[in-house]
Amino acid sequence: MIAGQVSKLIGSRVKRKEDPRLITGEGKYTDDVILPGMAYMAVLRSPYAHARINGIDTAQAAALPDVLGVMTGAEVNERCSEPFPLFAILEGMQYPERWPMAATKANYVGEPVAAVVASSRAAARDALDLIEVDYEPLPVVVDMETAADPDTPVIFEEMGSNLCYEASDQAGDPDRAFAEADGVVEARMEQPRLIPNPMEPRATVADYERSSGNATLWVTTQNPHIERMVVAQMLGMPENKLRVVAIDVGGGFGCKINTYSESLIAIILAQEFGRPVKWAEDRTEHFVSTSHGRGQAQYVQAAYKKDGTLLGMKLKIYADLGAYAQVISHVIPTLTPSLAPGVYACRDIGWTTVGVFTNKIPYDAYRGAGRPEAAYIIERVMDLIADATGKDPVAVRRKNFIPKDAFPYETPTGMIYDSADYDAALDKALAIADYDKLRADQKAQRKDGRIVGVGVTVTTEVCGFGPAAAMGGLGGFESATVRVDPMGKVTVLTGASPHGQGEETSFAQIVADDLGVPFDDVEVIHGDTSIVARGVGTFGSRTLVVGGTAIVKANEQIKEKAKLIATALLENKIEDTLDPQLVTLEDGLFSVQDMPDQYVTWAEVGAEAYDGQLLPEDLDPGLEAVSFWEPPGLTFPFSAHIATVEIDPDTGEVSLTRYVSVDDCGTVINPTLVEGQIHGGLAQGIGQALLEQAVWDDEGQLVSGSLMDYAMPFAQEFPMFELDRTVTPSPVNPLGAKGIGEMATISATPTVANAVVDALSPLGVTHVDIPMTAERIWRVLQTHRRGRRGGRS
Amino acid sequence: MIPQAFDYYAPTSVADALRLLRQHGDDAKLLAGGHSLLPIMKLRLSTPQCLIDLGRISELRFIGEADDGCLAIGAMSTYHDIKNSALVQERVPALAEAAGEVGDVQVQNKGTIGGSLAHADPAGDFPALALALNFELVTATARSGRTIAIDRFFRDLLTTALRPNEILTEVHIPALPAGTGVAYQKLPNKASHYAVVGVAAAITVGDDGVCTDARVGVTGAGATAVRARNTERILKGKHIDAAVIRRAAKRAGANVEDFNDDLHASAEYREHLTTVFAARAIEDALSRAG
Repeated sequence: MIAGQVSKLIGSRVKRKEDPRLITGEGKYTDDVILPGMAYMAVLRSPYAHARINGIDTAQAAALPDVLGVMTGAEVNERCSEPFPLFAILEGMQYPERWPMAATKANYVGEPVAAVVASSRAAARDALDLIEVDYEPLPVVVDMETAADPDTPVIFEEMGSNLCYEASDQAGDPDRAFAEADGVVEARMEQPRLIPNPMEPRATVADYERSSGNATLWVTTQNPHIERMVVAQMLGMPENKLRVVAIDVGGGFGCKINTYSESLIAIILAQEFGRPVKWAEDRTEHFVSTSHGRGQAQYVQAAYKKDGTLLGMKLKIYADLGAYAQVISHVIPTLTPSLAPGVYACRDIGWTTVGVFTNKIPYDAYRGAGRPEAAYIIERVMDLIADATGKDPVAVRRKNFIPKDAFPYETPTGMIYDSADYDAALDKALAIADYDKLRADQKAQRKDGRIVGVGVTVTTEVCGFGPAAAMGGLGGFESATVRVDPMGKVTVLTGASPHGQGEETSFAQIVADDLGVPFDDVEVIHGDTSIVARGVGTFGSRTLVVGGTAIVKANEQIKEKAKLIATALLENKIEDTLDPQLVTLEDGLFSVQDMPDQYVTWAEVGAEAYDGQLLPEDLDPGLEAVSFWEPPGLTFPFSAHIATVEIDPDTGEVSLTRYVSVDDCGTVINPTLVEGQIHGGLAQGIGQALLEQAVWDDEGQLVSGSLMDYAMPFAQEFPMFELDRTVTPSPVNPLGAKGIGEMATISATPTVANAVVDALSPLGVTHVDIPMTAERIWRVLQTHRRGRRGGRS
Repeated sequence: MIPQAFDYYAPTSVADALRLLRQHGDDAKLLAGGHSLLPIMKLRLSTPQCLIDLGRISELRFIGEADDGCLAIGAMSTYHDIKNSALVQERVPALAEAAGEVGDVQVQNKGTIGGSLAHADPAGDFPALALALNFELVTATARSGRTIAIDRFFRDLLTTALRPNEILTEVHIPALPAGTGVAYQKLPNKASHYAVVGVAAAITVGDDGVCTDARVGVTGAGATAVRARNTERILKGKHIDAAVIRRAAKRAGANVEDFNDDLHASAEYREHLTTVFAARAIEDALSRAG
């Protein structure tokens, strides 16, 4: 192949390399792993949200034919040398120890109590019904605000309260801001708990080699190296004895960051019974065994001036951590006040964040993790101010924007925004939506009795984690190995662990452009700790910006050495000496300027790198580079979104009629992948606004415990999304890229919420909690139709 | 989601199915699509010892015209069959349309009319239509069989007039008099797409514009689908205008004993929805009656 034919791929709509494999059923998901002699594990889970375990009788279960054995929580925990580690411990926080299983007390419905291993999945499941557990139910703490109340029963007696932490802080002088204000708007806002539902539920396969003590764990994780670190640590095993593999993972959205009990239980059972062990949850089990997201109660006050200026905010945020903190879950709620200023220049903010334990399954990262909750606060506040001052929500936002010449901009909460131009994104969104006409149409439609609304938001978020300081001990780098083989083909090993985002494609695009090799000559490998250099993983919209840059850095080393090899080859061709500095690489060809007919290809360079006969003495053979890159700062993508809705006056049903999404993630490597992230992100954010919520009864039972009861949006419920972008490159990485995995989710929820409240504003409605289900809106209509008064029109 | 072990039979004739049913008695369940039964078996809420799959009995899967002019649909006809049947589309277009709104494509491909009626899910779509269209349900037992009027079919939550030894074999839909319009309107549950409340109406209007007959079926509201008899009474004999519809729709919940109150809708909201969707179904039916 002549390298000169290669076109520039960065910025073009290259089709996903991984798709043919995935859509023809050749993907290698964890549940596809079948090992000789493999047995199956089933996990008995507590049916009580809070109960003492006085005894477990496993005899009947163990006696079933096909059952290899049963282990109780106490037996499994004994095999661990330490409990689950936590990272980024906050000052003054307290937390309960957590072991893989509940041994003496279960603290949420779904907590593992015993595990069976059998020669078939069905037999393992049958055995669960025969395990007898003597539970003694204890008082259940469900509501997060009640949990914080000193009169509420304490879940972990040794802690003395249900508080993980209560942290207050302030920036500037919020009291002064409130004293100087013309008015104050306030609201209590609820962020329901959400249940992440990746297409692929969780699964794990554990294989243990007794002779060597080596273990292999196939697992649905977003971060195999962190998984390996945690599992090895807990089992008292050297890390190099454990291989973690996660080749194809069908989505995660944050719920596959955590190292779950099942990884440990499976290895322990494999060790105990001498057989490889597979466990795969089904969807129903997923609802009570895999971490949830969101879950906050937010008390918001905002001081404003008559001209629409936001002067200051006071926030009190309760966060429902569930029964345990895990990995860095406890830190996620602290991102909410940090991002609460949004895209606005407000400097005076006071906040209190209260992390509480409840008898619910633990909470963790879910697409956005702490930032959607922040964007929701500030974007609802902007509309509350617009309503209070009688101004257009667009005007109020513009009034408060951080100006484009202020970047890099340090927020009062200590974030350093890398780059932005909010007006540009907003202008574009307004133009696409034809905002003035939307408002004119709305006026006319309202005269006809229709309930129609327009929602506008301008949001930002923090991603591309991160400098090490932002990672609490997990590491802030990403690794890349770039290897050129004797045929001149390139293999890239990345420490990131894409699980649907498409980096096999975008990384190959970067390498193809950088080295000038054909896209199809680049293979990207990830998700195997025995193959790739230590990595951190894929979460927090970091893969492209951190992992991609690591590749760029490795490419630099490759190019440098390749030029030395090419120099030797060219010297051999022209039978003369050359200054390596004069050798250039262009479109995949190495040449010197004044001899255009003399060039060498990657195939020649690759072959010589390993043949080595022509290499100068001071040059080692081989052509491979490893790079570990840690970003100097975080990236802050931003977006301007506009939604229109119409409400059925009889049923309260909300129909989304238009959605305009203008997003800025700096340099775009592949527009199709970016748009895919935005489409999916919008769907999740809109679902959160209109449909999704985990519902619990007083006994701590998850009532919305299946997809028949927990409503997620269907594609047919959406209008065609209208996408566009602005491009404001990030200065914190050489690609100029910003993460885009979470931005649309973060923006969509307040955009739709604002549209719905706008629709209802003539009735005097200023806030409605999410999810804005038909019945909730119907009730708002019922209440407010009686006391009808004027509003924004 | 692994059911308890069970025996599985797939008879190819009604006679064989009846024989198996008699043989296994209470231990057996009939499988007629499985979208309701299999999920509860996977949750182990239902643990039959044996399943008799009616899916391979070709004599139960047909759509045609009976001798008396009724539209006859075999109990194992799928929603997909009904949606795509030219005969159904011509005779009762609302039924074909409703079949296309049940669940999703997968459900439509496997779910059957007989399975839906015999299962009597309180939120099923077809029970409302069955009541409005005055279905006659033909059954078979080892000895003979009978015809059950739909009005006497739904007894309680998930309970019908079918006896343990009886198989629903076909559904007869009486020919609609000239001037009849049929419509079904529902608020779908956003998670399951079952009806939160659904109302089906069959309205017959004479040449003089007076309503000569009206049958209205309500699903999702209570433990079983019910006929809104008060609503029907108000409609019959009248020139149906907006005021009549409003008055009639207001009474659509009168025959619902206890409104369901759950995660998806409060009893109060369901009662309100019954009125809303009754009005919409009546209006829609009326517009098709012309």
